[in-house]
Amino acid sequence: MKIKSLDPRVSRLELDAVDKQPDAVLKPEEHWETYQVFHQRKRGEKHSSVGIVHAPSAEMALVFAKEQYGRRGETVNMWIVNTRDVLAMDYDDYDVFATTPDKMYRDPAGYKVNDKIAEFKKSNLHV
Amino acid sequence: MYGGGYIHDDQKKKTDITAEDPALLAEFEARIARGEKIEPRDWMPAEYRRQLIRMIEQHAHSEIIGALPEGTWITRAPGFRRKLALMAKVQDEVGHAQLLYSAAETLGKSREDMINDLINGKSKYSNVFNYPSKTWADVAVIGFLIDAAAIVNQVANSKGSYGPYCRALERICYEESFHLKQGHSIFVYLATGTPTQRAMVQDALNRWWQPIMHFFGPSDKMSQHTETLMRWKVKMASNDDMRQQFLNMYVPKIREVGIVIPDPNLRKNPETNMWEFTEPDWNEFYEVIKGNGPCNAERLAVRRAAEDNGAWVRAALRKADQHYVTPLA
Repeated sequence: MKIKSLDPRVSRLELDAVDKQPDAVLKPEEHWETYQVFHQRKRGEKHSSVGIVHAPSAEMALVFAKEQYGRRGETVNMWIVNTRDVLAMDYDDYDVFATTPDKMYRDPAGYKVNDKIAEFKKSNLHV
Repeated sequence: MYGGGYIHDDQKKKTDITAEDPALLAEFEARIARGEKIEPRDWMPAEYRRQLIRMIEQHAHSEIIGALPEGTWITRAPGFRRKLALMAKVQDEVGHAQLLYSAAETLGKSREDMINDLINGKSKYSNVFNYPSKTWADVAVIGFLIDAAAIVNQVANSKGSYGPYCRALERICYEESFHLKQGHSIFVYLATGTPTQRAMVQDALNRWWQPIMHFFGPSDKMSQHTETLMRWKVKMASNDDMRQQFLNMYVPKIREVGIVIPDPNLRKNPETNMWEFTEPDWNEFYEVIKGNGPCNAERLAVRRAAEDNGAWVRAALRKADQHYVTPLA
């Protein structure tokens, strides 16, 4: 039985109802590769990761990215990178950074000499 | 739009949490309890992964199927501005599906598998889109009230535990607020217009009220235990809470323009401060989920035709050395 719709354009397609267990319509990888999208809002600001697109090439990925991530607000530039080309760290390896916030010798706040100066000024070494 | 509170779950596929490594599970739960996000390649219980794929995938399908009842009115929109706005909205919905499919993909299910499961009926989408949009006023009711209901759900879910889903929802909620505004604008113009226009929007609300009440799913008293999903911040608010919040916010906005909600029992109980209403027909709800709603067959047939008609384009653009990699975020 052909699909009857309120929309005459759908009725004109004379579609059959989908079987309960049809063959897969899409084969693996029919939706191509994935690209990571980076978006720059204004000149002078940094590019930020905003999401992904599926595309058959870098050029098409940029076309889709403009449509998907640039259709509102401000945009001056975009980059796309094939996900294959991104080497990402494992979240499990975060512990190599676990002590970084404690490395006060890398921090301006790690250097306090005012006490020393005050003490020195009070001492008889100060002329 | 569109992620409803109700997410269909095949209980036969439920996996056993007690089979998970207790140390890893404790660490995972502690991370969520601290308010940290889970990221794609973190360890997670199989049941967490399954529930999130199911939820994000159904949300994505709802966006893409939801574009159909509205898209049908683009060519007949009354005036150029309304037409531009509706095109922008429908494009947003399809874009939301893209964002959500990507978020679900990070959990390991391919986009092709998700779309195949949609077309063969294995995977569900929000029930409301199995009802027809008969007049222009239906576009008002969908854009205003269905989007409003979806925002209630999505704002809650955007505070959930899975990083990629939260990030997609933040972008989606931002765009939804335009949808709600444009739906409300059409609703108000019709409701404050000629007697024919008023009758048209009243008729649309009469037909859509029950699907709207269905939208958040059955009462928490009737639905399966959601305690684990709440603890894992997969489900962020109960169906009843979301429905109450929706009624609180939108019943006054419907009534202020003189449109009557077709439920004589709908009232806010001043003692409990809760809305009371006629229980919608849940048998109909489950029948529509099973595929027996007025438009289920049409929606899937149209969706399938879209994939079939695009096959030659996808094939022509495919490269021999292409190799799919799960997206990072």
